[in-house]
Amino acid sequence: MELVKCNNLCKEFDGKQILSNINLTIQKGNIVGLLGKNGMGKTTLIKLINDLLIPTSGEILINGEKPGINSKKIISYLPERTYLDKSMKVSQIITFFDKFYDNFNKEKAIRLLKDLDLDINLKISKMSKGMQEKLQLILVMSREAELYILDEPLGGVDPATRDYILDTILSNFNEEASVIISTHIISDIERILDEVIFVDKGKIVLTSSTDKLREKENASIDEIFRRYFKC
Amino acid sequence: MDKIFNNDRPIYIQLVEMIRIEIVSGKFKKGQKIPSVRELALIMKVNPNTMQKALVELENEHLIYTERTNGKYVTEDEKMIEKIKRELANKIVNNYLNSMKNIGIDYDLAIKYLQEGGKDGIS
Repeated sequence: MELVKCNNLCKEFDGKQILSNINLTIQKGNIVGLLGKNGMGKTTLIKLINDLLIPTSGEILINGEKPGINSKKIISYLPERTYLDKSMKVSQIITFFDKFYDNFNKEKAIRLLKDLDLDINLKISKMSKGMQEKLQLILVMSREAELYILDEPLGGVDPATRDYILDTILSNFNEEASVIISTHIISDIERILDEVIFVDKGKIVLTSSTDKLREKENASIDEIFRRYFKC
Repeated sequence: MDKIFNNDRPIYIQLVEMIRIEIVSGKFKKGQKIPSVRELALIMKVNPNTMQKALVELENEHLIYTERTNGKYVTEDEKMIEKIKRELANKIVNNYLNSMKNIGIDYDLAIKYLQEGGKDGIS
């Protein structure tokens, strides 16, 4: 079943074309990598799916509906920048999320915090950048959502935590849910991806099953990406 | 099970190879029930869809079979397991002989070295 569908989606800013004619389908139960260099339109596409931007033309359907209240209920979104109130403690943020989202699993959040050694009594302002990123990811993954959209979830975290995060994504994942991960750190992440989408200069230039692409090119996705996007 | 994958090759093929070895080496015994797709995916730290694909492949090879609603089992067919073990062994032998050939050692000498080195090489 189609969870996300984009039809001829275009986005312009000040007359400049950022995304042009995006046609995209994301099925239920898939982990999809949205890959591309910086400034190629990945985050713009993600913001459109999250109803934070309005398309210039074309349409997006989430479970057959335009983005809005219903889609926000089922999408758990990790933006590239944290939006947490720095004066709050971790425990207060957990309570806030628990009240705000019907599908927030508090027990799970507390378990993940323990696994990653994050102190629930700590103030956000006292946390390092990496710790804040971990916290943000825990909050996002603790919602029982149908679609997780993670915009550069691995950028600021160390390789050991990166592995833990990927395992968390995998163990959370079920046949009903899908995950979209935008990243340019491909080598660490490619083992968990079902599908890859390459975005270049506002266009989708390649969509493929990960294993099919490896078989065809006899190379890792990382290598294929490097070849494709060679400067 | 080792969970280090080579990203150059399809992961499902590497999973097939790993599970095949578990079966021919007897770590997965004949007729034994194997863990569910989800459990296996978590053990191997791969996407469940990829694991599913690997199991379908093993089922096509008749190394495992599905018992309707009960889950998947290792084949009871010992001959089949032996046959696959033999194929794997042949591959290893050919790799060895080819590597020896590459460094200028012919077949007879390669066999001799194998017999000599093999004694203390095996652990």
